[in-house]
Amino acid sequence: MTSTSRTWSVTAGAALLLASCGGGEGDSSGSDAVSGAVAIDGSSTVFPIAEAVAEEFQIAYPDTRITVGVSGTGGGFERFCGGETDISNASRPIDEGEVAACAAAGVEFIEVPVAWDGLSVIVNPANDFVECLTVQDLRRVWQPGSSVRTWRDVRPSWPAEPIRLYGAGTDSGTFDYFTEAINGEVGASRPDYQASEDDNILVQGVEGDRFALGYFGYAYYIENAERLKLVAVDGGSGCVAPSDETIADGTYAPLSRPLFMYVKRSALDRPAVREYVEFLLREAPVLIPTTGYHALSDAEYQAILDEIPEAAGTAG
Amino acid sequence: MKEGLIGGALFACAAASTLVTVGVVLVLLRETTAFFSEVSIVEFLTGTRWEPLFQDRHFGVLPLLTGSILVAGGAGVIAVPLGLLTAIFLSEYASRRLREILKPVLEVLAGIPTVVYGYFALTFVTPLLRVVFPQTDIFNAASASIVVGIMIIPTVSSLSEDALRAVPSALREGAYGLGATKLEVSTRVVVPAALSGVIASFLLAISRAVGETMAVTIAAGNLANLTLNPLESIQTMTAYIVQASLGDTPQGTLVFRTLFAVAMTLFLITLAMNVLSQWILARYREEYQ
Repeated sequence: MTSTSRTWSVTAGAALLLASCGGGEGDSSGSDAVSGAVAIDGSSTVFPIAEAVAEEFQIAYPDTRITVGVSGTGGGFERFCGGETDISNASRPIDEGEVAACAAAGVEFIEVPVAWDGLSVIVNPANDFVECLTVQDLRRVWQPGSSVRTWRDVRPSWPAEPIRLYGAGTDSGTFDYFTEAINGEVGASRPDYQASEDDNILVQGVEGDRFALGYFGYAYYIENAERLKLVAVDGGSGCVAPSDETIADGTYAPLSRPLFMYVKRSALDRPAVREYVEFLLREAPVLIPTTGYHALSDAEYQAILDEIPEAAGTAG
Repeated sequence: MKEGLIGGALFACAAASTLVTVGVVLVLLRETTAFFSEVSIVEFLTGTRWEPLFQDRHFGVLPLLTGSILVAGGAGVIAVPLGLLTAIFLSEYASRRLREILKPVLEVLAGIPTVVYGYFALTFVTPLLRVVFPQTDIFNAASASIVVGIMIIPTVSSLSEDALRAVPSALREGAYGLGATKLEVSTRVVVPAALSGVIASFLLAISRAVGETMAVTIAAGNLANLTLNPLESIQTMTAYIVQASLGDTPQGTLVFRTLFAVAMTLFLITLAMNVLSQWILARYREEYQ
């Protein structure tokens, strides 16, 4: 799988707009000043955000062309530090090796946190014994080769009823994230559970099964809150239930994480790139929730926005 | 001259569909061969765990096979008697007027989108099953079997009825002349005379049930599970193909090739059933002239 074959171009709508307004030279919105290409690649988890912003952006600025790839966080950084892309999407902070690679290639960058991603652990509303699970509990249930068959296998005081498991399909970012956070390795999971990329199916399953245990994106829990019961997770410092607050301040650990975009400093000199980043930060409070992720606070977006002119250096 | 042109055009149409079939088989063969160069055919056919998408991979197709058999077998248990009795009623008992109303209504069953059947199973049939059998999984083979069975009733009833009605009236009249009742005429004369067509309709309907995808994916679950208990959650061959091909399975990988290996298995099963039904039709057809 090469990165080029996985690059989506979101220019079709923009091209139509362009054709209909005859080149956009006389555009009265003032957007005629911004044109050019923005090359983005990286995490598939951040892709929906980058794409949602790109679509809106190209409606506002028809002369721009945004491409968003999904090479994965690591693959994205490889291209980014090689100077191929302007922005790299990441579902984890850049690591030391990648910082060194970028430094060696002379690529300076700024880190832009764009959203929070949270997973929720769910049981059936009729389940009256589970309120909180530790990360160790979850690992015992979900690790490869797990011998947990009933709830009693998790805690001796719980009923000897079979646990029925519902979780993310292996292709989803949720699966990668959950397996890494709980089992310590991406992709390490017991295989004998109902797996689906379609969260609807998982909701149906947990809702219909008194002794079910499942996990999926927190945003999806919110939509179905009255049909499900949320479980608090103890990551070592007490039980914390996910909420907009505990996800956004990082106390719901380890099942919440920040998502980033890394922007090449020199690319900020180009109006299209700079305007894309500023547009993202301005529109994020509205756009991020539509992607299923959590927006940062308005003040946090504003603080990053304020740093952009300085980061861009001379272009002010 | 003109006739030749028409003949050529018709030949091209026939050739196109044949070529497509040949092409499909060739692609299946190529990818399946590649799959079996990495996974032994013995493991594929005898392994009891189907877990190709996880780190510790297992490629035993038996759980998918039993899943498909469970659903298709259950569907047959429902569709064969109901379909055949319906066919007998339509052909032997119903008045012409009643038949003209009933038959199209019945055929509507075949026209309902299968995704609708799937949700019908999940939100109506399963809760009903759980009233009777509380231990039933929310996704289970039984509710999928029931809706697939309903779905294929028209295939059985329509084709069987055609076969029953093709039995010449002289046979019926002869039986009546000997003092047989209507029930005896239907079950002892007409059905045996039309048996090859009736059995062919069963096989066609079952092979449709084996290939059914959407309803079983929704209702029966996605848990490759070697079981013959219809109340448990299973995964059929078709549901696996949906699961693996909906995600971003990279082309050329082993996981990608499992799709073709499973598709080949499915294809061979339905092909065998179609050939068998053709053979029964040809071998046991009673000729009445």
